[in-house]
Amino acid sequence: MEKINRRSFIKNVTAGAAAVTAVAAVGCKPGEQKSASEEKQLGEMSHRVHNTSGDVVSLLGYGGMRWPTVGSGRNAPLDQEEINRLIDYAYNHGVNYYDTSPRYCQGHSEEAMGIALSKYPRNTYFIATKLSNMSPGDMSFEASKRMYENSFKFLQVDYIDYYLLHNIQGIAQFQQRFIDNGMLDYLKKEKEAGRIRHLGFSFHGNKECFDYLIDNYTWDFVQIQMNYMDYRNGQRASGNVDGEYVYNRLAEKNTQAIIMEPLLGGRLSSMVPPLTERLKAQRPDRSVASWAFRFLGSFPNILTILSGMTYMEHLVENVETFSPIEPCSEDDFALLEDIAKAILDYPMINCNYCNYCMPCPYGLDIPGIFQNYNKCINEGQFAFSSHDENYKKARRAFLVNYDRAVPTERQAKHCIGCRQCVPECPQRINIPATMQMVDDYVEKLKQNLEF
Amino acid sequence: MKLRKLRVALAIVFSLLITLLFLDFTGTLHAWFSWLASIQLVPAILASNFIIVIALLVITFLFGRTYCSVLCPLGVFQDSVCWINRKAKKYPYHYRKPLTWLRIVFLVIMAAGLILAIPAVYTILDPYSTFGQMASNLFAPVYKWINNLFAGIAEHYNSYAFYHVDVWVKVGASFVVAVIFFVGLYFANRKWGRIYCNAVCPVGTFLGFISRFSIYKPVIDTDKCVNCTVCEKKCKASCINSKEHKIDYSRCVVCMDCLDNCTHDAIHYVATNPFKKNTAAVPAESDSAQKSRRTFLTVLGLSIAGAAKAQTQNATEGLSKIDGGIATLLPKQAPARGNRIVPPGAQSLKHLSAKCTACGLCISSCKNHVLRPSSDLSHFMQPEMSFEKGYCRPECHECSVVCPSDAIKPITVEEKSSIQIGHAVWNQALCVVLNDSVECGNCATHCPNGAIVMVPTDPSVRNSLKIPTIDEARCIGCGTCEYVCPARPISAIHVEGHDVHKFI
Repeated sequence: MEKINRRSFIKNVTAGAAAVTAVAAVGCKPGEQKSASEEKQLGEMSHRVHNTSGDVVSLLGYGGMRWPTVGSGRNAPLDQEEINRLIDYAYNHGVNYYDTSPRYCQGHSEEAMGIALSKYPRNTYFIATKLSNMSPGDMSFEASKRMYENSFKFLQVDYIDYYLLHNIQGIAQFQQRFIDNGMLDYLKKEKEAGRIRHLGFSFHGNKECFDYLIDNYTWDFVQIQMNYMDYRNGQRASGNVDGEYVYNRLAEKNTQAIIMEPLLGGRLSSMVPPLTERLKAQRPDRSVASWAFRFLGSFPNILTILSGMTYMEHLVENVETFSPIEPCSEDDFALLEDIAKAILDYPMINCNYCNYCMPCPYGLDIPGIFQNYNKCINEGQFAFSSHDENYKKARRAFLVNYDRAVPTERQAKHCIGCRQCVPECPQRINIPATMQMVDDYVEKLKQNLEF
Repeated sequence: MKLRKLRVALAIVFSLLITLLFLDFTGTLHAWFSWLASIQLVPAILASNFIIVIALLVITFLFGRTYCSVLCPLGVFQDSVCWINRKAKKYPYHYRKPLTWLRIVFLVIMAAGLILAIPAVYTILDPYSTFGQMASNLFAPVYKWINNLFAGIAEHYNSYAFYHVDVWVKVGASFVVAVIFFVGLYFANRKWGRIYCNAVCPVGTFLGFISRFSIYKPVIDTDKCVNCTVCEKKCKASCINSKEHKIDYSRCVVCMDCLDNCTHDAIHYVATNPFKKNTAAVPAESDSAQKSRRTFLTVLGLSIAGAAKAQTQNATEGLSKIDGGIATLLPKQAPARGNRIVPPGAQSLKHLSAKCTACGLCISSCKNHVLRPSSDLSHFMQPEMSFEKGYCRPECHECSVVCPSDAIKPITVEEKSSIQIGHAVWNQALCVVLNDSVECGNCATHCPNGAIVMVPTDPSVRNSLKIPTIDEARCIGCGTCEYVCPARPISAIHVEGHDVHKFI
């Protein structure tokens, strides 16, 4: 009785709050917003078929790394009511692939998705989760097996559709995590027993490692980072292998690719005004993000494209882009290649805000610092030189934004260079050096130095 | 009529600007109006600024204690309390005999304090300093909260017009003193008007000696006076003896209220022969209760100051790694320093002690949260430095710009970079390199003078972790290393102040 009361109370409160915010923000109720998008008469969600199992998978997959929280702050709990609402909308609009990991969202992503999805018939959605035994404490067979078994419990399922060896970055690390402890053999047996339907891996590494993995083992699918930036400029941007090479090797092996980081954590959905203008000029009514999805949607050997949609408006927009997807023309490809090169001219930090580096033992808000830096570049509040025309404005905006985004005791100046975060970063960012770079920039502004 | 309005208008302008000096955390006003603090009498005396002192004395000789009604922010503060309370009681005051002995005692204490350089005396008795403490401890936080409210709104609309600033009680003792003064003055003022100015304030007493003989003064025209006693009952200074038609000019702060309130036009502000005796000297009454106030204040302040408790470092949970979250940070605590640190420009501990009235203007203007009032009796409420919330940044010399009493002499930022105010000391037991076995060196990375050199813990082992060593000759004591040190709550490297600052 008490439980029901509490639950309905919370429901009413959150619904009320949501309505108020929605009215304040857009001046219409959430229901109207939804019907407005349906008025556009969406076509059917694009699908791809898995080449061995015949699974019909929606081309837009839901990534579970960026769920909304109640309030802001890095330790804020997940907003289950909102997650339910997001998953309901996605499910009802044909999204049937849901990807998560035991490590995401401070370890709460699987559980939250289990709660939201369990009300739907098990055979109407696909679950992907991972063996995320990246830190030495989790690498033993026992710890890894426990992690695997917990996924079933949290997701409330008795089989997993797509199981991944998470975040392989190098051959030695692969051996240590999956071969030496016997985990890969164990997982293969689990697949035979039907508890895993497809076995694959997710990859953030160099060419040698990738070749080693696909030449020596067979996989049901492989999850790779690909987008129009990384497609040909991966080496320059992150030091990882280019998406084009990886994609082509998979196509050659007839292994389908699942795409992660299609938007690079938002860096391809919000960019500097001159580049936004070029894309908008081509398609005034479509979002900048839609270009990144259409680019990927043009490749046939892709099974699904994951997007970690935190907000309803992103989900609604992406569903529209994928219902159905409109592939890129030759001109579009040329334009995007050009845009990718132009982005590299800006001193953006290559961070996708995945939070793998967190928590920093010395309290830094690593993604917060990088995100603020990139945001200021994106919004034209960055001074390339103290002689810039907008220097005074950019200086103030950057410094005010910095203090707003990150408390002073968590800013770049406090990075001691212990390097504990460095192996965690899938984008291969030299975090301590980048922190030094950010702090140097801040010092130039604060001291009003000439540069 | 016009004279009172002029007085009120000038008082509002001066006091508002001087208050804003304490409130403005951006430092914009300091460039234009810091002279307002320099024309305060005690800071001018301490700064040996004789031109100002003489000018103030001449003004007083000409016009009476206009200083107390216009220039003194504590006087104007009291007048505003009167103004706020004017509706509660229509005729709040009456003539009282002067407390001459008490006044002389406080003046002698003050003079002795100034001559013998006992900071606790003049920091407590200087009215400007008292106002400064109230402004920086009580008004500034309110001002900052209001700013933060706007900052919140600005952030919502993505505007940079306002930004958030930290509001914190710098030192409990100084805060308590400010509260006591505020509450005490408020209630004393409600009942007895300018009692503080005419019983305690040594500046008031000093200027009273001169204003007694001032040329321009309010005079009662006995031909027109109908003995209605309104002027007496409206006199904040309780100095009008309406029965005898006499005014005690040593206490009169020339507020002109009597002129305005007289319905029979019987009081005029006119030039007189300064040496014609106007009021009879009245024997003073002693008030022993007030004498012990100062000691009471300092004792109370000290007892509250001694409440800093050490916390233990929390252990990180040894569970498997998850993504996201943020580590809890223990708030930093000030280390125990052998010698206090005072800002560059102060020249020496002795110089600062002797010159500083503890108005707190430098503390209010410190954007980097470094300066705070001392809680040590021997230099009570005078500024000292600590680096928990920030460090003495290279581009800032604000405190030396605003100091009205020359306690912190004006220096340029270039000079500052080579003034050694102290030196860093490494505390091996707290260093994270040794405790956490990690690479660090943040102190060396950020040292502006390259005074910290990292050396291997074990020279015989290749790639052994490096620990900081300090080149004391190059260290200027800016506190950057102390601020950026990751050891919490107490930094593993801290600054010890020097008695005498020197150029390196």
